[in-house]
Amino acid sequence: MRLTEREVKDLKRKALRIRMITIEMIGKLGVGHIGGSLSIADALAVLYYKVMKIDPKNPKWEDRDFFVLSKGHAGPALYSVLADLGYFPYEWIDTLNKPDTNLPSHCDRLKTPGVDMTAGSLGQGLSAAVGMALAAKICNKDNYVYAIIGDGESQEGQIWEAAMFASHNRLNNLIVLTDYNKMQIDGYIKEVNNLEPLADKWRAFNWNVIEVDGHNVEQIYDAIMEGKSQDEKPTMIILHTTKGKGAYFAEGKVTSHNMSISAEEWQRAIEMLRKESESI
Amino acid sequence: MMNTKLEPTYDERELRDVYGQLLFELASKDKKVVVLNADLARSDGTLKFKELFPERFIDVGVAEANMMGIAAGLANMGMIPITHTFTPFSTRRAFDQITISIAYADLPVKLMGTDPGVTAELNGGTHMSFEDAGIMRTLPNIVIVEPADAVQFKSLFEQIIYHPKPVYTRMYRRRKERFFDEDMQFEIGKIATLKDGSDITIISSGLMVGQSMIATRMLEERGISVRLLNMHTLKPVDKETIIKAARETGKIVVAENHNIINGWGSAVAEVLAENYPVPMRRVGVQDHFGEVGLTDFLLKKYHMTAQDIYENAIDLLNLKA
Repeated sequence: MRLTEREVKDLKRKALRIRMITIEMIGKLGVGHIGGSLSIADALAVLYYKVMKIDPKNPKWEDRDFFVLSKGHAGPALYSVLADLGYFPYEWIDTLNKPDTNLPSHCDRLKTPGVDMTAGSLGQGLSAAVGMALAAKICNKDNYVYAIIGDGESQEGQIWEAAMFASHNRLNNLIVLTDYNKMQIDGYIKEVNNLEPLADKWRAFNWNVIEVDGHNVEQIYDAIMEGKSQDEKPTMIILHTTKGKGAYFAEGKVTSHNMSISAEEWQRAIEMLRKESESI
Repeated sequence: MMNTKLEPTYDERELRDVYGQLLFELASKDKKVVVLNADLARSDGTLKFKELFPERFIDVGVAEANMMGIAAGLANMGMIPITHTFTPFSTRRAFDQITISIAYADLPVKLMGTDPGVTAELNGGTHMSFEDAGIMRTLPNIVIVEPADAVQFKSLFEQIIYHPKPVYTRMYRRRKERFFDEDMQFEIGKIATLKDGSDITIISSGLMVGQSMIATRMLEERGISVRLLNMHTLKPVDKETIIKAARETGKIVVAENHNIINGWGSAVAEVLAENYPVPMRRVGVQDHFGEVGLTDFLLKKYHMTAQDIYENAIDLLNLKA
């Protein structure tokens, strides 16, 4: 099933809304992981507003689908979604990284309602997602487990340990998305430690691999649906993205991984996104 | 207080056979139990589990870091994952995964580390971990236990499995030593008093319980009243029992199959220093790596025998004079 024109527009607006909340959250603090948060906004919009079986009123609902943000530093993007969906009071977005906050820089399952797994030390979230998908299989449940990993994160050996295990164990209930924004802290991925040929690597690990424009909600949705139709293989969706997407001061900049933001910058960026949203 | 004969003997079966049976009985009644292995099932007694419960036996291959992450994911879904590999690969090899995905995430994974300390024997220095319990001790949320024989293992087994926190267990899979009477019961976090006494206290764990029993008899033959304690739980530390022993006997020897840095001796020293300082000695690995060798040879070479415990005790007793 394809998305209707109206659904596409709704999801585009949701992605912009996630970006606006994320920019406000990090902007008010003045510094944060804005680049890798903004690059996954479209994927999060498709997952949380269209695909995943969830109940914001009951974050621990046993029959829900599960999500692991293995690139845990993009927590602010996930918090934006969870705040918008009402997993916790919206005002919490003003507490990012403040004393005693429930919204720490990196995802913490013990602190934030709706966060299914703790992550932050790169490479680890995917193994946990694999374990969660495995648990669903052992218990004959039909839950799906989704995870987003980073491209820089894919330099961790543990990612490939998990990849090998997931296909060997036929975890077709596991759908993983790589935020391939081509940048890491120290520069361009291809210059620091090249991942290419990335899609071939995942194919060689016996995964179902789909490459999409990571800022195109239709393509992301179609890829996830294709992943859900797999009989045996886990699915890797490589999202070709732009780091800092949607914030003029961060977009496409290597320095956007963890940057300082002025009040003028974040307010102007939100204004630009608001206009974009209205034009949809 | 418990009445032990203080006479180490031997069981017919190795601990791994007893463990295999315990696992089978548990998994038969609890469908949440999942056994994970990193290519050592053939040696640690869990291969039989694979035949009986294939859907709940997960061999990740030689990938310990991934095993810890998968176990965290299973625990996150309400399963009871039990991981298995040698002590070094059960701790230092995957320490960051244990730290973040298990301890920091507070997921009650049960980690079984086999062949603690010198009992790694012919696998030698690379597999002979003297730091495993020490590094695990620095992690919040983690419980650390070291059952000394099959009786103690049986008594602690379900406490370990159903503990709400992650638990690291040092498991003497190939040993047959028998220290305790069949019906003896033990409690996680509570030091077992094996024998009361008033002149000096010996605190030991795991393999060193046997050496400590022999040392106790040697001292008693000289008319010295020994209190023999078994600290099978390294964390949480049973401070009360340690302080009481310090107050009532005034001298403490700790014997451990581990580096004396950050192990049982260190834990006892911390309690004493802050609460009731008394003279003490640490018998254990004196901050060096391991090597190939059978257990008895290594115990002698590293000065960890009953005789060494005895001599340390005599040293302490002579301080009085």
